[in-house]
Amino acid sequence: MQQVFTKAMARNIFIGGAVFFLAMYLILTYDTWQQIPQRNNAEKMTPAVLRGKYLFDTNDCIGCHTLNGEGAYFAPELGNVYKRRGPEFIKAWIMSQPTGAPGRRQMPNFHFTQTELDDIVDYLQWLSNIDTNNWPPNIQG
Amino acid sequence: MKYQSQMVAKPYFIAALALFVGQIVFGLIAGLQYLHGTFLFPELPFDVTRMSHTNLLIVWLLMTFMGAAYFIVPEEAQTELYSPKLALVTFWVFLIAAALTIVAYVFVDYAHLAAVTGNAALPTMGRGYLEQPLPTKIGIVLVALSLLFNVTMTLIKGRKTSINLILVGSLWGLALLFLPAFYFPHDTVKASFAWWWVVHGWVEGDWELILGALLGFILIKMTGVDREIVEKWIYIIIAMTLVSGLIGIGHHYYYTGAPTYWIWLGSIFSAIEPIPFILLIAFSFKMLMQRRREHPNKAAMLWALGTPVMAFLGAGLWGFMITLAPAQYYMHGTNFTAAHGHLAFFGAYAMISLAIISYAMPLLRGRTANSDSAQRWEMAGFWIMVISMLGITLSLTGAGIVTVILQRAADDPMSFMQVQDKARVFFWAREFSGVSFFIGLLVYLRSFFIKGEYEYASEMKQALAA
Repeated sequence: MQQVFTKAMARNIFIGGAVFFLAMYLILTYDTWQQIPQRNNAEKMTPAVLRGKYLFDTNDCIGCHTLNGEGAYFAPELGNVYKRRGPEFIKAWIMSQPTGAPGRRQMPNFHFTQTELDDIVDYLQWLSNIDTNNWPPNIQG
Repeated sequence: MKYQSQMVAKPYFIAALALFVGQIVFGLIAGLQYLHGTFLFPELPFDVTRMSHTNLLIVWLLMTFMGAAYFIVPEEAQTELYSPKLALVTFWVFLIAAALTIVAYVFVDYAHLAAVTGNAALPTMGRGYLEQPLPTKIGIVLVALSLLFNVTMTLIKGRKTSINLILVGSLWGLALLFLPAFYFPHDTVKASFAWWWVVHGWVEGDWELILGALLGFILIKMTGVDREIVEKWIYIIIAMTLVSGLIGIGHHYYYTGAPTYWIWLGSIFSAIEPIPFILLIAFSFKMLMQRRREHPNKAAMLWALGTPVMAFLGAGLWGFMITLAPAQYYMHGTNFTAAHGHLAFFGAYAMISLAIISYAMPLLRGRTANSDSAQRWEMAGFWIMVISMLGITLSLTGAGIVTVILQRAADDPMSFMQVQDKARVFFWAREFSGVSFFIGLLVYLRSFFIKGEYEYASEMKQALAA
């Protein structure tokens, strides 16, 4: 056994496996790149959506929330929040933070302007139309 | 210790342990904020606690990997490190940059931090684990370049063992896989897809190679088994890591907007991701059985054998639990993921770090092994931390089950916060396990303050009496 299967063979399996599956991954990634713009309506990313996204990122929303299941598990899912709550509720909610309710999890107040709130809602609306293979299972996220 | 320049590993290991303590403190605060949401609010919002917790984890693991590289590469290459001075300067740069970043997280509002660090020019902030402002990210690249230059030059002028080639090669991989941190496309789906190049690429790919190299090195040294046998095993193990893990990345692409074929590819390939961990267990225990010497550092052996077992549980078993697409449909984005993340990071990467520290630190302090008494403290710390981490994992799994039953799979699903209230008992259990983990860490650290070295004479006496 020792002679039949040498270290050099093991190393070649490692290198061959790595190269083959990396190549396969790169091909699949190329194909994915072509498909994504249809699955998420990329053409609907208006300047307002992009501004909303920038606010979303620089205020670290996913430090507490999930977005399509990724992020932190401290606060509700945001990928479908537009469909769950609607634009007016979302804006009112963000403005009224923090609730200060004793012991309850708190969301900071980010002092957004009305335009910024509209941008964020536009981004959340765009997010809610991404084809995520029917995830989450229901509206509660 | 064979080469004077290996000494440069020592400050890396000491700083790593200090940062580890910081990580656990932030973890305890975060766990408490789950239960008492107003705790330290608004001074320390949950997201800041969390990013401090996760970033400290990454920094202390990187600190250990770097220390390990400076310790192992010269010994394997049978030559002094190319530039110990550069390694020492790099250490201080890395430590100060890391400390400043955490201070900035805690004391500067995140949006403000983004504004003053040039995030608008090249947006990189606001992604999990990659929250660092641009100057920190650039600093990480510079530190990595310095490390790569130093260890590669050492490797070139010395003996090229397989352990060294795998270690240095995977450090190059680590640095290259960090570069997508600078790529943050507007398209959220593409951004998420590319974010996994860093995160999955590190923890389910490249870092497993580092783990293999470190464990291989420790076992060669401690068991005296022929290097050819050890290195052959390591090549097979890391081959399986990449064969399963490269396409296995698909398990992150089911429900984030990527095409549907990832559901099939991800499920099939990630289902075989536990195999390298099973092989790792078989390998370490086989080396233990075939050992040609009794190494006096029993604590290091305990870490070295504990690592594959706990890594299998965390990465293999808990990873498998959530990886198949139909299961993940309900478990995605719940505390199941947090349970898996905690046990996998601890079992694989925290434990291999503590294993190499346990092996190398006595040597760096001028002894083969610590005294019996110090080793007893260290091993007590091992068991308390391991059992506590299993407690954290089971608690978070319980919280995940509550979410799946009441929110995800229910006919009449409850809202997120209602479900969180129902899971409180599990969040308490997690926090108690966390406190217990912290006690384990203190017990472990206590072992470093017990003087003296291992005495062969007393062992001889015991052996003769028996």
